[in-house]
Amino acid sequence: MQYSDKVMDHFYNPRNIGTIEDPDGVGEVGNPKCGDIMKMMIKVDNGVISDIKFKTFGCGAAIATSSMGTQMIKGKTLKEAWNISNKAVVEALDGLPPAKVHCSVLAEQAIKEAIKDYCKKNNLDYKSLVADI
Amino acid sequence: MIYLDNAATTKILPDVLDEMMIYLTEEYGNPSSFYDLGQRSKIAINKARDIIAESIGAKSDEIYFTSCGTESDNWAIRGAAYLGKKQGKNHIISSEFEHHAVLHTLESLKQEGFEITLLPVTSDGFVDLEKLKLEVRDTTCLVTIMLANNEIGTIQPIEKIKKICEEKNILFHTDAVQAVGKIKIDVKELGVDMLSISGHKIHAPKGVGALYIKSGIKLPSYIHGGGQERNKRAGTENVASIVGFGKAVKIAIDKMSENNKYVLNLRNQLIDYILEKIPATKLNGDKQKRLPGNINISFEGIEGESILLMLRKYEICASTGSACTSGSLDPSHVLLSIGLSHEMAHGSIRFTISELNTQEEIDIVKKVLPDIIKKLREMSPIWK
Ligand SMILES: Cc1ncc(COP(=O)(O)O)c(C=O)c1O
Ligand code: FES
Repeated sequence: MQYSDKVMDHFYNPRNIGTIEDPDGVGEVGNPKCGDIMKMMIKVDNGVISDIKFKTFGCGAAIATSSMGTQMIKGKTLKEAWNISNKAVVEALDGLPPAKVHCSVLAEQAIKEAIKDYCKKNNLDYKSLVADI
Repeated sequence: MIYLDNAATTKILPDVLDEMMIYLTEEYGNPSSFYDLGQRSKIAINKARDIIAESIGAKSDEIYFTSCGTESDNWAIRGAAYLGKKQGKNHIISSEFEHHAVLHTLESLKQEGFEITLLPVTSDGFVDLEKLKLEVRDTTCLVTIMLANNEIGTIQPIEKIKKICEEKNILFHTDAVQAVGKIKIDVKELGVDMLSISGHKIHAPKGVGALYIKSGIKLPSYIHGGGQERNKRAGTENVASIVGFGKAVKIAIDKMSENNKYVLNLRNQLIDYILEKIPATKLNGDKQKRLPGNINISFEGIEGESILLMLRKYEICASTGSACTSGSLDPSHVLLSIGLSHEMAHGSIRFTISELNTQEEIDIVKKVLPDIIKKLREMSPIWK
């Protein structure tokens, strides 16, 4: 598998790997295509994602996209975070082999699930939160 | 680089290349040509044929050169199916964990109306031959079961199939691509009618193989054209590769017991070390009845591609049954056939050792693997 240098860097030195003691939101998704699993935890302060951590049972692309994705999301508002697409993450990694693009969807979905979980716990409607006004 | 993927392919031995070189340069004659230059090429391929025949206890005129193991499998299976069809038979028996060269050929025959039965495999990696007796029908024309599995290395007791096939007049093929040069093979003892071999698994070049066809079996041609290979397999012969193939078989047979002893020691060391030092691991396939160089281990809680990528840092080459490298995104059908969960199949690594590997190389794997597994497990949401 030919990965870019950026993918390999994020794979060997994943940013934001681990767990958050007391998360405000948790998202766990499985990749129906290959059976892999991704877990995201977020801390939210005043509508901003102040901390984010992930764990992955998956391939190199899954680990690298979660690492890059979490890095792009940290410090962003919930709405900004919601709108960061897997495509943007893939671009930031200088691309992925075509067979591996589906792995980046896993990271995006896990982040969305974590935001939804946060909204649910705080009685917020995630749809109106992330919608363009 | 530490190359531990010798079941995928092998390095060409210097002696093999030496033997081939003249046929890539000065001795370029077409074996079908009348003059000496051509006839010398013909003599060279027939010498290779003699070596390969002898190595499996066959006669020289029972060996047909092909372009690879895959072609040999395709030819044997399709040919036997068409022979069967002429006699009104349309049923083929094989196993769940065959190589795709066999399974996909069978799949295509199914589209043509053949009925296919795939025998299940036991958890230690053996085709359930008891079931074979139950599945044989009057319309069965072919049984094809591999001699040694390419992923888990288990050696199948196929000599037990002979009697069943003889009684019912069923053709019997085996894919011996992984077994040749590693275990003693005698086509008479195995009782097979056809046997597939490939060069590149035993230090010959890629793109050359052979099919043993027992004399008397009128297998139809698969590649049509000129009169090469006694009108059975057309196409100007890949002379240099065939010569290399012969040389590689000769070396493998001459050194088999020496090589096996050496490889077995390295293999058992590494298996024992991994199972002892790394918790929650499982050896896939029986430990005794497996190819000398094969190690296939599952690591709970992690995924194989990420293990391979970590190994890449140390320039260690291995392979995995994980879905994430398969292209199809399904984990290895071999590992699923022996009853592994998706998760365990996902976390599998295959190391295949050859006599070219060294103790130092195995020591490096021992040194780096435990930390790699630990690091990936710390990153895994399903590892507690
Ligand atoms: C068991 C088995 N059969 C068939 C093949 C195909 O051989 P080849 O690569 O020569 O086509 C292989 C090798 O990949 C194999 O391991
Ligand atoms: S997550 Fe399984 S292929 Fe990438």
